[in-house]
Amino acid sequence: MAELQLREAIRAAMVEEMDRDENIFLMGEEVAEYNGAYKVSEGMRDRFGDQRVIDTPISENGFAGLGLGAAMNGLRPIIEFMTWNFAFVAIDQIVNNAAKIRYMSGGQFSFPIVFRGPNGAAGQLAATHNTSVESLYSCFPGLKVISVSNPDDAKGLLKSAIRDNDPVVFLESEFMYGMRGQVSEAEDYIIPIGKARIAREGDAVTIIGHNKSYWRALEAAEMLEADGYAAEVIDPRTIRPFDWDTVIASVKKTNRCVVVDESNPFASVSSEIAFQIQARAFDYLDAPVHRITAKDTPAPYAKNLMEYYLPSAEDVYRACRAVMYLD
Amino acid sequence: MSLKAQEVATQNGQPDASYDTIEAKLTFRHYPGDRFSHESLGLSVEEVGDIYRNMLLQRRFEERSAQMYGRQKIGGFLHLYIGQEAISTGSAYAIKPGLDSAITAYRDHGLALALGMTSNECMAELFGRVDGCSKGKGGSMHFFSKEKGMFGGHGIVGAHIPVAAGIAFAHMYKSDGGVCICYLGDGAVWQGSFHETLNLASLYGLPVVYVIENNQYAMGTAVDRATAETDLFKQCVSYAMPGSLVDGMDVFSVCQAMRDHVDMAREGQPSLVEIRTYRYRGHSMSDPGKYRTKEELEAKKNEDPILRLKSYIIQENLMSNEALDVLDMEVKAEVAASVTFADESPFPPLEDIYDHVYTQEDFPFLT
Ligand SMILES: Cc1ncc(C[n+]2csc(CCOP(=O)(O)OP(=O)(O)O)c2C)c(N)n1
Ligand SMILES: [Mg+2]
Repeated sequence: MAELQLREAIRAAMVEEMDRDENIFLMGEEVAEYNGAYKVSEGMRDRFGDQRVIDTPISENGFAGLGLGAAMNGLRPIIEFMTWNFAFVAIDQIVNNAAKIRYMSGGQFSFPIVFRGPNGAAGQLAATHNTSVESLYSCFPGLKVISVSNPDDAKGLLKSAIRDNDPVVFLESEFMYGMRGQVSEAEDYIIPIGKARIAREGDAVTIIGHNKSYWRALEAAEMLEADGYAAEVIDPRTIRPFDWDTVIASVKKTNRCVVVDESNPFASVSSEIAFQIQARAFDYLDAPVHRITAKDTPAPYAKNLMEYYLPSAEDVYRACRAVMYLD
Repeated sequence: MSLKAQEVATQNGQPDASYDTIEAKLTFRHYPGDRFSHESLGLSVEEVGDIYRNMLLQRRFEERSAQMYGRQKIGGFLHLYIGQEAISTGSAYAIKPGLDSAITAYRDHGLALALGMTSNECMAELFGRVDGCSKGKGGSMHFFSKEKGMFGGHGIVGAHIPVAAGIAFAHMYKSDGGVCICYLGDGAVWQGSFHETLNLASLYGLPVVYVIENNQYAMGTAVDRATAETDLFKQCVSYAMPGSLVDGMDVFSVCQAMRDHVDMAREGQPSLVEIRTYRYRGHSMSDPGKYRTKEELEAKKNEDPILRLKSYIIQENLMSNEALDVLDMEVKAEVAASVTFADESPFPPLEDIYDHVYTQEDFPFLT
């Protein structure tokens, strides 16, 4: 194991894959000469040259589509969005082209492409710069959606995403780029897409959380431990396709579930998880599924409001106690 | 009132002394009609016959499609290319089949047939059958053939323009010598994707030719109602690339222009070509065409690219009337056979609905 920051783990995955396959290139705003807006791609242009690490103008729609055409014609692009907020101007390319052209061509073309960048809350940046997009992109058949919570998963899953022959939306986090963690040094470290991770075993309640929400879930589990209850914490890691087997098995054991999801609540990842649990494990539930999400508002600017807007460990803890009928 | 750049810099026709001025001389290539011949293009008589046959095939195929639409054999939208055939065929004779790539919007039947896709697979796609070029998943607007370098058929105005840059990027990256031709309508020029992409193509030196098929209308909106600068080829100036204007009713002009521009692309110089053409039918089958006069339509019909080539062939004594009649019969028979083929091809089985969403075979769809 090696201790890496999240940004270093992401870079390591890209570097290893680009060393392995010449058809992979990285393109985005400030990825080359500036070394990445969040220094994720630091040093990559020096290593791979201008032909493979490519700066773009501020034309998300243009370079997202360029990546798709390159994928259709045999390359394996990694397209970096400075943040996912800025990919809204490219959403036509992702939703109409990446997700659908393969289908409309009767399977003639494939899209081995990764769209990656930081997602969700990033501080006091107000509403335009704090959007969580996993619920949105997970709506679209044709896309795969991965959201990582730690450096080890980031490396193993990004390598899988780059090798996957379908388009992957890969969600990182500004807040977590500097987070350190142990990363496997196994040669060719691959984590399969679509497999959740049980981060902590328990029998009192299942808490599900991805990306930053995973950490809120874990903190809540520690608070519950102090109360004498063992929570099971699951990081789904892949949102589409979702690992229902792991979640349903856990709920059948704990009989209670709280979902933590930084998305806005309406028709979100948490809605789907709650629906699937009631459909697949209704008879096992001892309480309704609860969820803690961002508030049903745009993200505010003021510090106190922003703290209130996001799921907190305390919120999750209280939701767990509620489904356990402790209070 | 809007002032032209020139007027701003002058006062009563004299330079306005209170301002310095910047002069820019702009030159564009023009490919008018009746300027080129099969000889100047180095086309054999046989090739001229093939060109004529191909344009006629597109025409008859679409006339038949319209009929089949009326009989409800075809669903959804059906946008006919009738009148624009010189563009697809003329440029097909400017590219290297098997190496170069092409991509267009939803008015795509003509290009598909020009690239060598068969009437059978095209008609079957219109009918929504398994033997269709997109296995019944794309329909009229989404014809694809990887084998023929046909990258679609795209239904969202402007969405395929960046994709074309990427196809060209891959040609460049792999150094395979290939070029991508991207066709778009006059209406697509006002999508941001057009401007973002022309800039990217120019910055990166991509082997791509952008072809605006200016058929004068975007649905019911005439070019001058949507566009302040109606010389669309001048858009090239902002992106530091060459631009040309071409008469799209003369297949030889198109062919010459496209050869020149494809050559530039092969040298890493992207460019913009405006080809002026006309669509004789409505925007789609539901359009009665009330935004234009009968007189305009009739006048344009005198420029019909197929009749024009036919009279050229006769005038130049390249083929006899009888030989042309034989061609005509062959084309009609091919189209009729494609209707039979499409009718006999099965509908896709229901379980096919989950095929081709992902390359992954066992994706766990929610059911
Ligand atoms: C983004 C988008 N907006 C609107 C439409 C509806 N629409 C389809 S075709 C069309 C007109 C396009 O005209 P033009 O680009 O000139 O192509 P033509 O139909 O003349 O070939 C419109 C508005 C669409 N398909 N996509
Ligand atoms: Mg038009």
